[in-house]
Amino acid sequence: MILGVSIYEILSLTTILFFIGIYGFFTRKNLISVLMSIELILNATVINFVVINKYMFPEKLEGAIFGIFIIAVAAAETALAIAIIINLYRQITSVEVDDTTTLKY
Amino acid sequence: MNFSYTILIPLIPFVVFLILGLNHKRIKPAVSGYIGVFGLMASAFLSYFTAYKYFFTVPKIDGIYQQITHKTVWMNFTDTLHIDMGVLIDPISIMMLIVVTTISLLVHIYSRGYMKGDPGYTKFFAFLGLFTFSMLGLVLATNLFQIYIFWELVGVSSFLLIGYYYTKPSAIIAAKKAFIVTRFADLFFLIGIITIGFYTGTFDFETLNDPTGEVITNWASTSFMGLSVLTWALILIFIGGAGKSAMFPLHIWLPDAMEGPTPVSALIHAATMVVAGVYLVARLFPMYYFIEDGFALNIVAYVGGFSSLFAAIIAITQKDIKRVLAFSTMSQIGYMMMALGVSGYDGHEGVGYMASMFHLFTHSMFKALLFLGAGSVIHAVHSNMMGDMGNLKKYMPITNITFLIAAFAIAGVPPFAGFWSKDEILVAAFEYSKPLYAVGLIVAGLTAFYMFRLYFSIFHGKKTAYKHTPHEAPASMTFPLLFLAVMSVVAGFIPFSNFVTANKEPFEAHLNYPLAAIAVATGLIGIILAYVFYKNPTEYPAKCRKAFGSFYKWAYAKFYMDELYFFVTRKIIFNCVSQPIAWFDKNVIDAFMEGIGSGTLKASEKTKKMQSGYFQDYAMAFVGGVVVISIVLIYIFKN
Repeated sequence: MILGVSIYEILSLTTILFFIGIYGFFTRKNLISVLMSIELILNATVINFVVINKYMFPEKLEGAIFGIFIIAVAAAETALAIAIIINLYRQITSVEVDDTTTLKY
Repeated sequence: MNFSYTILIPLIPFVVFLILGLNHKRIKPAVSGYIGVFGLMASAFLSYFTAYKYFFTVPKIDGIYQQITHKTVWMNFTDTLHIDMGVLIDPISIMMLIVVTTISLLVHIYSRGYMKGDPGYTKFFAFLGLFTFSMLGLVLATNLFQIYIFWELVGVSSFLLIGYYYTKPSAIIAAKKAFIVTRFADLFFLIGIITIGFYTGTFDFETLNDPTGEVITNWASTSFMGLSVLTWALILIFIGGAGKSAMFPLHIWLPDAMEGPTPVSALIHAATMVVAGVYLVARLFPMYYFIEDGFALNIVAYVGGFSSLFAAIIAITQKDIKRVLAFSTMSQIGYMMMALGVSGYDGHEGVGYMASMFHLFTHSMFKALLFLGAGSVIHAVHSNMMGDMGNLKKYMPITNITFLIAAFAIAGVPPFAGFWSKDEILVAAFEYSKPLYAVGLIVAGLTAFYMFRLYFSIFHGKKTAYKHTPHEAPASMTFPLLFLAVMSVVAGFIPFSNFVTANKEPFEAHLNYPLAAIAVATGLIGIILAYVFYKNPTEYPAKCRKAFGSFYKWAYAKFYMDELYFFVTRKIIFNCVSQPIAWFDKNVIDAFMEGIGSGTLKASEKTKKMQSGYFQDYAMAFVGGVVVISIVLIYIFKN
């Protein structure tokens, strides 16, 4: 519970953050930027977990623990994505979304 | 009274088949022969024990042998119509048990010598086990459907064994021919079974064969084209039996089946499987006799009589010794069919039935002996052709003597086995119809003639120069010959009418001296003619051939039955029926199916443009979908 700040304000913030992530995910043409957008989406959800835990069930800890898990998973996932992107770069010397359409059919 | 152990009689050969068949690469030939022989010994011992127990310890009721069954329901359709699996013990099934296990055991022993050094030795014994299992199952069947199942199993093991030398094209063709022809006949058999099941509501032999039961007394209730449906069913069943028993016109597979190894010919195509048709008619004999006053039985009689004459004429002209024996088998089975056809039911009137079973028994002994003797000759000479043989008595004394005994037996010379059974058949035919008796008598004469033609050509006749000097077969092959020779002498003295009769009530059969004298005289004339013609090389055979002219040519070509079949199948059925159907299949059914396939392909060509390959497009679709679903869910669960 943060004094003077209601849950709606924080949830508004995370919603904005989430849709910024979605927007970036859809529009960025560089794979690294896309990855960064995904991080924004993840962070928005983590904040949601923590905030809802704090405001609605203050005596519990599950939401916070979920947040920690998501951070760990996000880190692993980022490492994986970076590895894929690096390999992609070695193959086609490009990390542009437009150049990665060969798996179409 | 408990005969349930008889299930072991077929099961032991089956286990032998499984052991040898599954391990045919691992088991050494020496061992596999013993496994087969000992398995069959156990089966044969159990059969003899069963025969003793049934005929001598089970009490008769009102002087009638009982029919004992042990069975369980296997498939249930209605209260009465169900397919059972079980064993049925009655005089004819016990007689067949003895025939099958004895001949099979001797053939197993014989094969140990005959097949020595063959690469498929273990496989051969496995197939023999499979055949013995299915034949014994057929014999013990309690209902029509069980007999049909084993009937097909017998057919397939015959197919496997005819095609045993599968590198020889002629063997493959013969195996296919045998399978297709018998299978074609079995189609009618199946239709007959289903007809019986539909109209009587039961497959069970006991219910069907009860002379006072509902099935037989109500035969006139439904009719089809002027005959009772049950008569039609019985005729259809007889067609099935005729296919297996090589009756005219379904006999064409039997001569070709001689491509198989000779022990197989002895076991399957002389002694056991080919008499399955006779056994089938005998099994349903009360139905054949009582329904429509024996209309179907008349057909059996005439088909049998005609086949026996037809085959005997062909047998005289053939040059391959196994083909002569094959046609001889067909002729003798025709004899048995005729005997069944002319039989009555009660007491002494049923002498034809008794004679048929008696002839089946003695015939299996001497015909197996003839085939095994022929096998021994082929083993020594490495040829099937009569022209390559001659004067073998010097080299093969045991084969010579045993073959001679068998020839006497089949020619009906007293006191050998064939005389007794053939005499009873002629008596039955004489009482029923004179033309059939005349046919029987002519066939008896012809049989004696062609059999001694065969004997003199092989063991006497011209001095042939052999590449390798022929030698007597090993003991494993001569023992079965000697055993069967003894059987061919003594089997005739079994008082068969005490054991096997149409109504299961023993009666006293007497020799009819005038008829017996005529039959023996006919046989002797045949033998003497053969002696004059073939004992030493003479010109008579050539002269006779000339005298008969085109008739000889026709008979030598087996009356062009094969060509007729080829004409019907290739020219008529292939051109007029199969090709239009093939056209329809190709242009309508296949075209429709291919249309579905190519239509799908074209549709997918059009729709695959939706797949851009940009993952962001997919993500957009995904998020859009999530948004739509969320809106819908929110709208639904608002309240």
